[in-house]
Amino acid sequence: MSATLALPTTMREAFLWAAADAIDDPAADDRVVLVLADISAGDDPIPALAARHPDRVLNVGIREQLMVGVAGGLALAGFRPIVHSYAPFAVERPYEQLKLDLGHQGSGAVLVSIGASYDVGSGGRTHQAPEDVGVIDTLPGWTVHVPGHPEEADRLVRDAVAGEGLVYVRLSEATNAAPHHGAGLVTVQQGRDGVVVAVGRTLDTVLEAVASSGRDLTVLYTTTPRPFDAVGLRAAVEALAPEHAAAPTVTMVEPYLAGTSARVVAEALDDRPHRQVMLGTHREESHRYGTRADHDAAHGLDVEGIGGRLWSS
Amino acid sequence: MTITRPPVTRSELHRLMSLMTGDEKHSAAATSTLDVLHVLYDRVLHVDPARPDDPARDRFLLSKGHGPMAFYAVLAAHGFLAESELVGWADHGSRLGLHPDRTLIPGVEIGSGSLGHGLPIAVGTALGLRARRIATGPDRPHGPRVVVLVGDAELDEGSNHEAIAYAGRRGLANLTAVVVDNASATHGWPGVWSETGLAERFLVEGWRAITVDGRDHDALELALDAAHHDRPLAVVARVEPKDS
Repeated sequence: MSATLALPTTMREAFLWAAADAIDDPAADDRVVLVLADISAGDDPIPALAARHPDRVLNVGIREQLMVGVAGGLALAGFRPIVHSYAPFAVERPYEQLKLDLGHQGSGAVLVSIGASYDVGSGGRTHQAPEDVGVIDTLPGWTVHVPGHPEEADRLVRDAVAGEGLVYVRLSEATNAAPHHGAGLVTVQQGRDGVVVAVGRTLDTVLEAVASSGRDLTVLYTTTPRPFDAVGLRAAVEALAPEHAAAPTVTMVEPYLAGTSARVVAEALDDRPHRQVMLGTHREESHRYGTRADHDAAHGLDVEGIGGRLWSS
Repeated sequence: MTITRPPVTRSELHRLMSLMTGDEKHSAAATSTLDVLHVLYDRVLHVDPARPDDPARDRFLLSKGHGPMAFYAVLAAHGFLAESELVGWADHGSRLGLHPDRTLIPGVEIGSGSLGHGLPIAVGTALGLRARRIATGPDRPHGPRVVVLVGDAELDEGSNHEAIAYAGRRGLANLTAVVVDNASATHGWPGVWSETGLAERFLVEGWRAITVDGRDHDALELALDAAHHDRPLAVVARVEPKDS
């Protein structure tokens, strides 16, 4: 039998063990199935899991269109499929399969990606997908989780697998120092002059930037940018000093394409004038290699870059 | 099950199809599939309009979703649709569009229209039904069947070839692909050993593959019921070329 990992050290590890537990779980009624396209198929605990459950751990080879199509067919046969690969191969290559083989059929699935925007910093454009959340966001009905810590990833994957509907879980190698659990927008610190929303692993960097800015800002944290917690954002805005509550500045810090959440922030605050500052990865392709820290600096997602863009009024 | 109802006549299907107008562009596609659909629903599939969610039902997936007039006519003839619905098809309020939507019509297993999606979905459903080990009678020794209809031009889409290779390796004996071949693929499917290479694409990946006259009902029935104990089955149904 399986053993849950007491302390997963990476989000990817947390995901794989959570998936294994769901497939092993006799109370889950054998409805969970894992569909892979080679990525992670050889990583613990998957080989032993596949030996125990050859019908419910399916590696289709390097065939990502088929991976999602098969997941769609399994959902029609009553299963809860988990689909997994690097973000560009899980989201962008089989985009029409996500749209038609899952969404259009009225089916649910859990899509789990690794690689994030540039975990493979020296890997170049082919293995980087800073657009993935924006791409998923064009499709109706998807919940999007962007955990910032392995313990958050563990919880979010388990909840997504046990639930219904379409869920995208975007894992990264970069993490915050500690987990922050809670649904929607979680208040990390309360200020009076403006609101900063940190998504996933950007939180620690945002807190450092805010602290060194000397500005009195509210910092909200979320692992779930979709559906966006509009009620939570409005409540945070109302708690600012009156002159800022009437015309707030909201800074979104997302570890993927800048402006991905501009639409939902605009909808949340469509009853008042407001300024949006949208931080994230730049749209232009850099054609640069290097470490994740190099890319963070280039995209303005390090402490200096974020600090330089913080507005208080 | 379908075998208990009287056979549907060809003239009845033509009459039902004539109720649907406005998609003449796809009439070649519609008529190319007519005999295959006729035989499937009359003689092969275990489906029941009174129990469209029966876990033990066979699944028919129309992957080639364009030109669905023959499909709708067969569904109406077998009690899945009211004949009166055919007249207003493709209207804003109709459940019947130029491409079918499974969420609107019980008995339609997939929404289709974009080519190259049905066969991969069928592979997933076949894997799922096999995993669930749903018991069926001796006429279906591998449980509920999954039958997917694709076109020869549709096989241009690469996603099909991902599915053909994987289904063969997995030995999916509960899966049948019917390829309606009206010679409409722009670059064709030349064969190495035979006149048409369509069957060869499946054979080399470990399928059983049979080529038949797509207008010969007895030949279609024989091929669709052919034994394929450890592998998926492909039936290439040749009909007159699209441009003839």
